[in-house]
Amino acid sequence: MRESWLLFWRNLREFWRVFRHNRMGMIGAFLLLSAVLIALFAPFLSPYEPSLVIRDATGRGLTFAPPAVHGPLGTDDAGRDVWTQLVYGARISLLVGLLAGFIAMFIGSLLGILAGYFGGWIDTLIMRVTDVLLVIPDLPLMLVLVATLRQMELKISPLVVLILVIGLLYWTSTARLVRSQVLSIKERQFVARARAIGAGHFHIIRRHILPQLMPLIVANTVLILSTAILIESGLSFLGLGDPTQPSWGTMLNFAFDRNAISNGAWWFYLPPGLAIVWVSLGCVLLGNVLEEMLNPRLTAHHLEGDVRVRPLEGEGAYG
Amino acid sequence: MSRRTYLLRKLIFALVTIFVVLVINFVLFRVLPGDPVRAVIGRNVKISAEAQQALRQQFGLDKPIFPDQFLDTLRQWAQGNLGISWSLRRPVAEILMSKLGNTLLLIGLGQLLSIILGVFLGLFAGWKRKTVFDVAALTFSLIAWATPTFWLGIILLAAGSSWLGLPTGGIVSPENVGKPLYTVLPDLARHLVLPTLTLTILYLGEYMLIMRSSILEVLSEDYILTAKAKGMSPWQVLWRHALKNAMLPIVTIVALNLGFTVSGAIYIETVFSYDGLGKLFQTALVKQDYPLLQGAFLLLAVSVIVANFLADILYTALDPRVKAN
Repeated sequence: MRESWLLFWRNLREFWRVFRHNRMGMIGAFLLLSAVLIALFAPFLSPYEPSLVIRDATGRGLTFAPPAVHGPLGTDDAGRDVWTQLVYGARISLLVGLLAGFIAMFIGSLLGILAGYFGGWIDTLIMRVTDVLLVIPDLPLMLVLVATLRQMELKISPLVVLILVIGLLYWTSTARLVRSQVLSIKERQFVARARAIGAGHFHIIRRHILPQLMPLIVANTVLILSTAILIESGLSFLGLGDPTQPSWGTMLNFAFDRNAISNGAWWFYLPPGLAIVWVSLGCVLLGNVLEEMLNPRLTAHHLEGDVRVRPLEGEGAYG
Repeated sequence: MSRRTYLLRKLIFALVTIFVVLVINFVLFRVLPGDPVRAVIGRNVKISAEAQQALRQQFGLDKPIFPDQFLDTLRQWAQGNLGISWSLRRPVAEILMSKLGNTLLLIGLGQLLSIILGVFLGLFAGWKRKTVFDVAALTFSLIAWATPTFWLGIILLAAGSSWLGLPTGGIVSPENVGKPLYTVLPDLARHLVLPTLTLTILYLGEYMLIMRSSILEVLSEDYILTAKAKGMSPWQVLWRHALKNAMLPIVTIVALNLGFTVSGAIYIETVFSYDGLGKLFQTALVKQDYPLLQGAFLLLAVSVIVANFLADILYTALDPRVKAN
């Protein structure tokens, strides 16, 4: 146990040594991390509750007040502080994106491993389902699903509905990627050796295939996160979010529905969109760099002559 | 695999996918709470218990759900009978058909512009690799990908209407509503500028990237070297040899992107109150008009599947390698 932790720690340090010189990756990590920190420390970043209506001296609600009149980002149509909505909205947007992304990653990895490892009819079945899902237009399908789930009056939060629908539909790219990697890993000698000494399928997958897949899955999850956050914002913009817990997409839905554009309230419709671009851009940059850096590990294994397990500095592929 | 077996497989796949869509549509429609009779006559129409029973029999709702009702529903859909819209009180099929043209106009224009621009900019970016232009093109694609469609629409709407005085919504001005579109072309064009621009910016990035990597691959081929060795000018090489071969992936991408295009139409038509299928879909969603929602989903999904199949046929016709096999 102790030894594997040491190895993990060494790998991590080694990874950081290469990663910190990658400008794209560092920018991506900064964008994503700053958003996570803002979400975590939301209550410390604003003196107000998100639902509090700001009032002027006469006690009237301060609606559509520009930044010059109130706070850093003014107020919305109901007189609530936009900055407060924005930092609390980060919690909802990131949480929905993260959970949906994890569900998609889990389903995709599981199906990808099953398809790649067992092959045969299991592979055919899973790949056909993936193909079918890829062809059906995703947004209309999601809208119909969410509408149906809502009509069924299941007494679950709209946010849970969003998480489930996004998570259950966006696993296809992960499944394909994982499958192709498993296909190449299972041809390696160490898998044949494990099988020869009588290791079971579960053992081989857990001890030999999964560790090799992990870096790829991590990189892919970061990429899926950006998709999940973008989709969440879109569905919420179309009015499928939770109005009592507004995400950035819900804020834009409010802004659009309540004429922020014709009122010239740019402080209401610009910041939430910029926040979405901020986070999704961060995920794409970070995800692409991680994929590039971590993937080469899959080409060699420590039992196969070449002892290199970690990326080494100065190699073209990691630059 | 011969071309015929390849296409046959694609055809079977398309049919299976359409069947899956039909099943999804049927199942979702049936799990909705409440009486399906209501789905036909509307929610708030008062009706006696006997009449309701008679309707149940007439629509076959007293029969088992599977296979009787399922097959019945399929027959209805095949005849173009998609039910009556709850909110608009008109046959769903008729409503859908009246909006189809507007949507095709919008996404057709957007796709055409983004393909033309994307091919040329991507070609140029690949040719001038690692120059300022190339880096700018890559950055643009990345940011375009990370930007939510509807938000880009909102920004262009705000900027275009206040700085350029362009109309904020609709497909023609109120005084021109109802006139045939070809009689009010200038007005129509003014209304199309912003939504088309949004769509174009949105798709441009992807086409540019595909074209760039495609041209890079083609430029490393031996026949390009041969062409250069023959003494052809760079432009001749690019035009006569590289472009033609690099264009192939675009065909596939256009087809693969159709689902994405449909999503874009829903967002953009909502933002610009553009009277098409996407706006209709959003309205049906807000008004919980299920027959309309189901009908729109059926139409969009089946069109995308059919278009994908057509793209496969086109691809085999264009790529001599597939033909030769």
